[in-house]
Amino acid sequence: MSQTITTVDARGLSCPLPVVKAAQALKLLGPGETFEVLATDPGSQSDIPAWCRATGTELVEHGEDGGVYRYLLKKKG
Amino acid sequence: MPARIVVLGGGVGGTLAANLLHKELGRNATVTVVDPTGMHVYQSGFLYVALGQANGRWLSRDERTLLYPGVELAIEGAARVHPDRGEVELQRGGSLPYDYLVMATGARLVPEQVPGMAEGAQHFYSLEGALRLREELDRFDGGKVVVGVAGIPYKCPPAPVEFVFMLEEYLRDRGIRGRSEVTLLSPLNRAFTIESASKVVQPIMESRGIGLSTFFNVETVEPAAGVVTSLEGEKAEYDLAVIVPPHRGQSVVEASGLGDPGGWIPTDRTTLQVEGQERIFAMGDATNLPISKSGSTAHFEAPVIASRMASLIRGTAPKEGYEGRVMCFLETGNRRTTVLRFDYEHPPIPPKPSLHWHVAKWLFNRIYWATVPKGRVPDIGTRPKAVPEKKKEG
Repeated sequence: MSQTITTVDARGLSCPLPVVKAAQALKLLGPGETFEVLATDPGSQSDIPAWCRATGTELVEHGEDGGVYRYLLKKKG
Repeated sequence: MPARIVVLGGGVGGTLAANLLHKELGRNATVTVVDPTGMHVYQSGFLYVALGQANGRWLSRDERTLLYPGVELAIEGAARVHPDRGEVELQRGGSLPYDYLVMATGARLVPEQVPGMAEGAQHFYSLEGALRLREELDRFDGGKVVVGVAGIPYKCPPAPVEFVFMLEEYLRDRGIRGRSEVTLLSPLNRAFTIESASKVVQPIMESRGIGLSTFFNVETVEPAAGVVTSLEGEKAEYDLAVIVPPHRGQSVVEASGLGDPGGWIPTDRTTLQVEGQERIFAMGDATNLPISKSGSTAHFEAPVIASRMASLIRGTAPKEGYEGRVMCFLETGNRRTTVLRFDYEHPPIPPKPSLHWHVAKWLFNRIYWATVPKGRVPDIGTRPKAVPEKKKEG
């Protein structure tokens, strides 16, 4: 079964918008749901993990491809 | 025939761009500023008005007095831009044709987007708001004050931090600091978005007993319960809430189909041309550029627009480009101020807050009217890498 996940596209947006967009998305998701955040702001590399720790969101994986940072996140169950 | 240039908006950016275009092109162009009020407002002063350090009358001037005599002023609201036929439709009916257009329309406040905000919170992002907050502060007799932001982007990013510092001092002066708590609600895990600036202000906040709630993105204000809630699910109790309202681009941008979902105009970061529109430029708060919404941004963009538009009109190769230059003073209270100077490539290296910069800011507030709108300001925005450190002051 294929699964579509919510994508928060924060590419081209500056700090702190990636975190704000992630917070807005988190609000709409159910417990345990997975979503991804795309950002080009290098500051997101420290801000997103710190935000995850503060909100209990799991940072499942993260990586960078051609200047785009991708964070796969899972809302607290 | 002279080129017809229309500038929408008579704020710092629109006024300076219009004056520089007139100076640059002389009889080769007619320049018309369209502004709905005909009054120019120095928005940096709202902070001082709210804290009783300045009078509201000092903050506005008749726009006509700031424009060169050769620049036309139309006191009209713009309803819509029609790029296909080169016309600005006016709110009162009729239209204004243009060959080249500058969108210096600024931002508008939309407090209605936050439930409870209009009834339950104060702000200092308009003259009315600042005067109301001043009255609230006069009545305030101690308690919990929270200061936060309810939407990104907002104008003058350092303002909430400056406000907590200046408020802390204000409460001390009134002798009610002992029975008051001041807390900054920050959308990130630090006091300020720019890390280097955060490193300067956070220790000062700590030493002055100012609280910091991190990852607090304001979602609602609940005046009955006296709490502000965050998207992250936290609550902050308050007796006085000072919350920066969400901002959007102006309705004329949205009505013209020139805005992104936030009403900001997609703009080329170097040429400042509106995407897909060779003859339309955008500046200041109106753009979608990932840079501070600040008067200084518009100030540094205006010469680029004037020079590039003049090249287009003359058919010569454009030379100047905008490099993302911004300069913001950041008041830390107790007559100390630091300064953030940066561009797209160079983050700021803020000096230790000093009396020197406090005096510079004080002077700037006073010389603004005589210098900035007419392009008579000395080059204060030296690039970060070239900033000479000032002598050490306490």
